[in-house]
Amino acid sequence: MHNKTIADISRDLAAGEYSSVEITENLLTRIKNTDAHYNSFITVSEEQALAQAKAADARRAAGNADAWTGIPMAHKDIFCTNGVLTTCGSKMLSNFIAPYDATIVENFNNAGAVSLGKLNMDEFAMGSSNESSFYGAVKNPWDGERVPGGSSGGSAAAVAAQLVPGATASDTGGSIRQPAAFCGLTGLKPTYGRVSRWGMIAYASSLDQAGTITRTAEDSAMMLNVMAGFDAKDSTCVDREVPDYTATLNNSIAGLTIGLPKEYFRSDLSADMQQQVRNAIAEYEKMGAKVKEISLPNTHLAIPAYYIIAPAECSANLSRMDGVRFGYRCENPQDINDLYKRSRGEGFGIEVKRRIMVGAYALSAGFYDAYYKKAQQVRRLIRNDFVNAFNEVDIIMGPTTPTPAFKRGEKTADPVDMYLEDIFTIALNLAGLPGMSISCGQVNNLPVGLQLIGNYFDEGRLLNAAHQFQQHTDWHLKTPDLKNQADI
Amino acid sequence: MEWEVVIGLEIHAQLATKSKIFSGSSTAYGAEANTQANAIDLGLPGVLPAFNEEALRMAVKFGLAIDAEIGLKSVFDRKNYFYPDSPKGYQTTQLHHPVVGIGHIDIELEDGSSKRINVTRAHLEEDAGKSVHEGFNGMSGIDLNRAGTPLIEIVSEPEMRNAKEAAAYFRKMHSIVTYLGICDGDLSQGSMRCDCNVSLRPKGQEEFGTRTEIKNVNSFRNVERAIDSEIARQMDILEDGGKIIQETRLYDADKNETRAMRSKEVANDYRYFPCPDLLPVIIDDNYVEAVRSTLPELPDAKRARFAHSHGLSPIDAAVLAANRELAHYFETAAKIANDYKLAANWVQGDVSATLNRLEISIGELAVSAEQLGRILQLIKDNTLNNGGAKEVFNALVEGKGDGSAESVDKLVDSLGLKQVSDSGAIEAIVAEVLAANPKLVESYLATPEDKRAKAIGPFIGLVRKAAKGVNPQVVMDVLQKKLSEL
Repeated sequence: MHNKTIADISRDLAAGEYSSVEITENLLTRIKNTDAHYNSFITVSEEQALAQAKAADARRAAGNADAWTGIPMAHKDIFCTNGVLTTCGSKMLSNFIAPYDATIVENFNNAGAVSLGKLNMDEFAMGSSNESSFYGAVKNPWDGERVPGGSSGGSAAAVAAQLVPGATASDTGGSIRQPAAFCGLTGLKPTYGRVSRWGMIAYASSLDQAGTITRTAEDSAMMLNVMAGFDAKDSTCVDREVPDYTATLNNSIAGLTIGLPKEYFRSDLSADMQQQVRNAIAEYEKMGAKVKEISLPNTHLAIPAYYIIAPAECSANLSRMDGVRFGYRCENPQDINDLYKRSRGEGFGIEVKRRIMVGAYALSAGFYDAYYKKAQQVRRLIRNDFVNAFNEVDIIMGPTTPTPAFKRGEKTADPVDMYLEDIFTIALNLAGLPGMSISCGQVNNLPVGLQLIGNYFDEGRLLNAAHQFQQHTDWHLKTPDLKNQADI
Repeated sequence: MEWEVVIGLEIHAQLATKSKIFSGSSTAYGAEANTQANAIDLGLPGVLPAFNEEALRMAVKFGLAIDAEIGLKSVFDRKNYFYPDSPKGYQTTQLHHPVVGIGHIDIELEDGSSKRINVTRAHLEEDAGKSVHEGFNGMSGIDLNRAGTPLIEIVSEPEMRNAKEAAAYFRKMHSIVTYLGICDGDLSQGSMRCDCNVSLRPKGQEEFGTRTEIKNVNSFRNVERAIDSEIARQMDILEDGGKIIQETRLYDADKNETRAMRSKEVANDYRYFPCPDLLPVIIDDNYVEAVRSTLPELPDAKRARFAHSHGLSPIDAAVLAANRELAHYFETAAKIANDYKLAANWVQGDVSATLNRLEISIGELAVSAEQLGRILQLIKDNTLNNGGAKEVFNALVEGKGDGSAESVDKLVDSLGLKQVSDSGAIEAIVAEVLAANPKLVESYLATPEDKRAKAIGPFIGLVRKAAKGVNPQVVMDVLQKKLSEL
């Protein structure tokens, strides 16, 4: 039962193969028995899940079932859930129970989905390895010594370990696509503004976007159908029609023009990685796509610009975590300054503190023009690169990451080394473009991700291209060997 | 040395929107602590602001009223600082692109002349909550009901030269925002607060002296007193050869002095940057014109109309036009009586005196404008004399009326105040009085002709004592006639 995709489960539930309660209980048991190994869940909300499953079965019995009725899934712990702990992977919020649902959580609840719980993540979504979580590192199901990627490491590990068929996730610089690549999965980061940010705890507001991690592009389309849409509670959410993303999955991609940015196939990208990505491109050519080399000349500026803008925004976004109204508060504060200093000093982990300090510095008097303003100008250049490229091509492809999953502890000593992990993914967030990662091969038995970049609001075309690849190849069906791991 | 005073004001005015600037919570004053603060006002994780466009409309209205440039693109910024009553750790405000740009108002000086004061800008921002330091066992309580209430901060050019000008400017701004209906103007509830920037420089010097800022002064009188005391303090220091420290000060009204706030709270790097959760606010000329069409007659225009069309003195016109409700009351009564001067005298006389005595606003006065208008009508047609009119008015103040003009007539009847103008009846009374006071008549007749006008006074008093409500003019005529016949 656990090996099923969202589309499978939807069909099975409709056919009466099993009930929502049955598959929910099955997965809850599986989480109980095996997640100690992956540490992908922070909170398992068993009671709520079973109540939702029962309600879904009742809805089906009453003849009111939809595509999503009774399908189990889980949310990244960055999304607020009414009545269920929302920690954002931080000691700071280790006692925070929101009195409201994130809009996307509400959407899934209304669609009849069953939420099994909240998934581990890098603290406040800051990290590329899921090692910065207050709740401990998450292990990659493909190799327990390796990271699942981050910050949505729990979402990726839980799907790869077949604890849930799909999970919500969020992506500020690659936090959906990189873990999806490391865990052999399909990750989708929609266009900025396509999905409401209401109830998604902000890291960098102008870059954050909610998305999905699933096994297949079809499942991503099903999830996006639920998540996408205007929300008056988020001023940056775009009021634009939401198509049925599953309806265009089977369109032919003959004639599709694929742009390959020469900057993404650098000489320092390993020959093995290059080969896997080139093989995938060749597969697209077999399906009738055309390939064109393009240039995104400001690619090298993406990481420096990101590490000004994201920390600057986070330095303000995280100010509300002050120990006054909610969240962690230090013992016996002597006065208000002591309360602030120790609550924040003790409540935040080292990477969060680092980014708050970098951001506060970049915004400080006398440095604003040199850092923040300049970074915003660079951001426009990066955006223009993509706008120009999409005048020539329909879709852009390249590697999602420079390497497959690395080992835990390998990059924690040097933050910049860790930051370079996101070199191919970060530019999309700066430009606000949609992107996907799909599994396209292996290097040393570890999955390799192919990144697909679409034009604004072109998620339909991205999902169509990803789905067509998955119809012609079976990389997305490859799973880690879970047998031994399941014993513990 | 002769010093020149330089004053600039920053006025915070709470906009009278029903809900907050970025959330749907009510802005009503006086509710139980923290009952008007939702997840957005509390700054809980994951919440986002949604801009209340009513605040924009009000700010634009203000901009048009002071003849200002309207920012067709305004941008919200985050002003970062930690304080317990600032729930997000930053205040959402407008730094570089305010909704209202350069404008101006004219203030009236004591000598009757007017002076133009330029307004640098006015921007939208959110109010903070309140810290309550009493009653929490040495800790502080926080009430976030006020957090997120929309404000416009109105920044003047440093063009005022004494405390009276500053107070006149604050009054004028108060008059404008209340006329526009964008602020209730209630100073005691903090609906309008004023920060006063004060510096001194040697007369003739171009360069500004070092300034201090007096925070949160909340009455017209205190603006004047706070500035005067700060001028005196600075002058003492400068005359002694000392230097002014740039700092924020608080005014203690009881001691009538300003004192420095802790310097820590002064030195702050606010790390402003554009708020990524809010889009720039873009409006076009059509929007601006639509708002312009809703502007009411403003104090200056009303004052000019009172003076030019109705012949009021400039001072009367200014006083009556300063307050929108009072002006409306005055005009309503004046129209009914068809006599603006008489109405002006009454509104500035008995009406204002009553308001001051009872410490109430014109809206709370038991005498309606319609009733005053009726009283004035009765004065004009000689039904009431002045004393009778005051008696009716006072009876109405005490609640002996139902607000209607008819109740005035009933009161006149029941109090027996109808003036006797029938000369026959008055002649009889005069004859009685003269007969009863032979000595007074004797001394009158002994008075030389040129001093008799004064000597007639006691007879008038006696006649009016004998018969209430007699028309004084008729009494005078009859008395003169009768006495001259003796």
